[in-house]
Amino acid sequence: MSIDSLPLQLSTNGPIGSAIAVNGSVPGPVLHLREGEDAIIRVTNHLREATSIHWHGLLVPPEMDGVPGVSFAGIQPGAVFTYRFPVTQSGTYWAHSHSGGQELLGLYFPLVVDPAGPEPFKYDRDYVVMLSEWSFDSPEQIMSKLKSSSGYYNYQRRTAGDFFSDIGRDGLVATLKDRLGWATARMDPTDFADVTGSTYTYLMNGLPAAANWTGLFRPHERVRLRFIDAAGMTFFDVRIPGLKMTLVQADGQNVRPVEIDEFRIGPGETYDVIVEPAEQAYTVYAETHDRSGYTRGTLAPREGMAAEVPPRRPRPLRTMADMGMEMAGMAGMEMSKPDAGTATGSMAGMEMEEPDAGGAAQPSPRKGLQGPALPGAPPVPHGPDTHGPGNAMVAMTSQSRLGEPGAGLEQSGRKVLVYTDLQSVEPQPDQRPPEREVELHITGNMDRYSWSFDGKTYSEASTPIPFHYGERLRMTFVNDTMMEHPIHLHGLWMELENGRGKTQPRKHTIVIKPAERVSVAISVNASGRWAMHCHLLLHMEMGMFRVVEVSANPSAGSAGAP
Amino acid sequence: MANSRKWMATLLLAACGLATPALAQQPPDPTDRASWPQPVDDHALHWLARFDVLEYERLGNLDALRWDGTAWAGGDLNRLWIKSAADWYLSSPLGGDVDLQLLYGRLISPFFELVVGARVEQHAERTATVRRAFLAVGLQGLAPGGFEVEPELFLSNKLQVSGRFTASTDYLLTQRLVLQPRLETEFSLQRDEEFGVEPGFNALEGGLRLRYELWREFAPYIGLAYRSNLGASGARVVREGGNPSALLLAAGLRAWF
Repeated sequence: MSIDSLPLQLSTNGPIGSAIAVNGSVPGPVLHLREGEDAIIRVTNHLREATSIHWHGLLVPPEMDGVPGVSFAGIQPGAVFTYRFPVTQSGTYWAHSHSGGQELLGLYFPLVVDPAGPEPFKYDRDYVVMLSEWSFDSPEQIMSKLKSSSGYYNYQRRTAGDFFSDIGRDGLVATLKDRLGWATARMDPTDFADVTGSTYTYLMNGLPAAANWTGLFRPHERVRLRFIDAAGMTFFDVRIPGLKMTLVQADGQNVRPVEIDEFRIGPGETYDVIVEPAEQAYTVYAETHDRSGYTRGTLAPREGMAAEVPPRRPRPLRTMADMGMEMAGMAGMEMSKPDAGTATGSMAGMEMEEPDAGGAAQPSPRKGLQGPALPGAPPVPHGPDTHGPGNAMVAMTSQSRLGEPGAGLEQSGRKVLVYTDLQSVEPQPDQRPPEREVELHITGNMDRYSWSFDGKTYSEASTPIPFHYGERLRMTFVNDTMMEHPIHLHGLWMELENGRGKTQPRKHTIVIKPAERVSVAISVNASGRWAMHCHLLLHMEMGMFRVVEVSANPSAGSAGAP
Repeated sequence: MANSRKWMATLLLAACGLATPALAQQPPDPTDRASWPQPVDDHALHWLARFDVLEYERLGNLDALRWDGTAWAGGDLNRLWIKSAADWYLSSPLGGDVDLQLLYGRLISPFFELVVGARVEQHAERTATVRRAFLAVGLQGLAPGGFEVEPELFLSNKLQVSGRFTASTDYLLTQRLVLQPRLETEFSLQRDEEFGVEPGFNALEGGLRLRYELWREFAPYIGLAYRSNLGASGARVVREGGNPSALLLAAGLRAWF
């Protein structure tokens, strides 16, 4: 594999940017691996700076994980690094640089791992649909602009015009109350994306909407689409008007098929869907969740076809629920339990009842543990620690929002994927209840454009989070910010405690909504140092990053690596 | 603590322009973790220079150039600030009134920074230019309601106490057309004959500026400013045959880089 800089032009006569390519293209070509084999990948760095490749979602030995400063020293200019690891899983993944802003400049490519055995679903052909974005502002310029003015790229703020139309709709008192509430909190309800369509061109398989990436099919074939969000800063809402999508994999893991019309995908996530198109063209439409832009492609029986491109929807607004003020979003939570509110309100040792979804039993938490943050569980008040000056807001109460599709998708009338839909095909191999809990708050100060965990950036925290080899751990994330954050853990699966019990899904990247409390169960079975971070690249770079240090396997001798 | 000291050292080195050679590239040793780079660059030095007000004013028969600008360098918690404000009389040989502050700022709450430092002021008073120096302490940040506020207290080299309060906010008429009301008032506990200052609130200025953000960094504006000498200071201006208040028309630029 060769990493080079590459001039990039999105349209004829358009400006030319300086991208970073893998084997000459952005994204790099699909890398096919096979489960059960050993991968040996030689990477040559032709750049004038150090680089790296991280195998996003693959469980590899820690020294092969590709995070400079955590796994290894990085790949120096002119150097060749040989990645060597056993491939122990299958599905759709991707790989990208973990060095500075290189991922924003194009250093990413799809990874398709073919399974050793048969798959639990059938399809006739498959396409990777890799979503990303491009800006002619360099990552350093973008960062510097956000540091200077965090709303720099937001051209969808509320104006005097909105004020008067809101008065017309809601009345003067309600409008003033609303404006006063946000002004008092010093928060912006239109703050969805830090970097928007005002600078980004959104790409599908490296092509802007105008270039119309096209996937060909024969009518009534079953077409597998492997969606990967390789964007640095962008959530996409994806749909194919006229087609139902059957979700079969999430983050490379087989899930029980769910028929959906639309899904939201965050940076780092992958979703595989199967569609059965008839003899016509269909638009694959990926709209950014702040509605500032979109990209699209076409599924067509022949080259050169296109279908109607839907209009962009109006940008949504944050609500008081996003501040943890009132959780009004309970409707639409398929799994909410009417009697959940009667559970004891004490924070520690709270006994949660089992949701009956899927007939699965969720083990009760042991004494002294808080238990899983299941959908329908009562809100948990925030503790007294507001995480210092590095954190601008706390969610007054936090609770599971896994049953909600996310801001802007609530009243679409379509079946939108929610995390409670996800259910593993096979029961998870480790059915032990978690014996230890770690709670981590997602924090930030938008005004300073600083991002952190528990109010501390990576360099302020400096000590790794200790995990003990062999333990079954519950990690609870509480999002104290007003934005969604895709949290990615390297080296270990996170089983999302979404009420599916034995078949709760495992993920490598989990999108956590504002004021949400999400818990994951982790079987700590890989020694070494692993990165854990927000996959919004600039949030990571600004400090929403930690190292998790898993103690040595006592039965593996003195070496830390398995 | 050690971290913040290291950070201050970096800042000082950067200020002297010495940081670059000190951090010259030395390829890390793959076997020595201590030599590896940091996985993220979350404590890089950032900086910003901004003119909130940079305008031409017509004040009676005096042409004045006026500015109010800030510059900072630093990280998320610690910053070094330079603040400057001036009325520079283009047609007067005396120059004008210039105010310069060098401050250290520390973020003490999510929206507020405590600043301490030094201030010097030059004042053109009739026939001569006079100067004084101060110790300055203040707050700056975003108050509930979305107001940028800057209360400051000063202790002069004559051991006189004075203060200043500035507030401004932005109303978006459109995504690029922004109306900025701005208020500034000054008070003093003692009289300072040379500077035309009397005890009590002695100056008030209200401004209304309408800017158009061609880019976020570059916004021309037009504005109105009402300036008034209050209380005893105002009475003094009247005694000396002047007009204690004035309404000015201004045209200028809000810019940052």
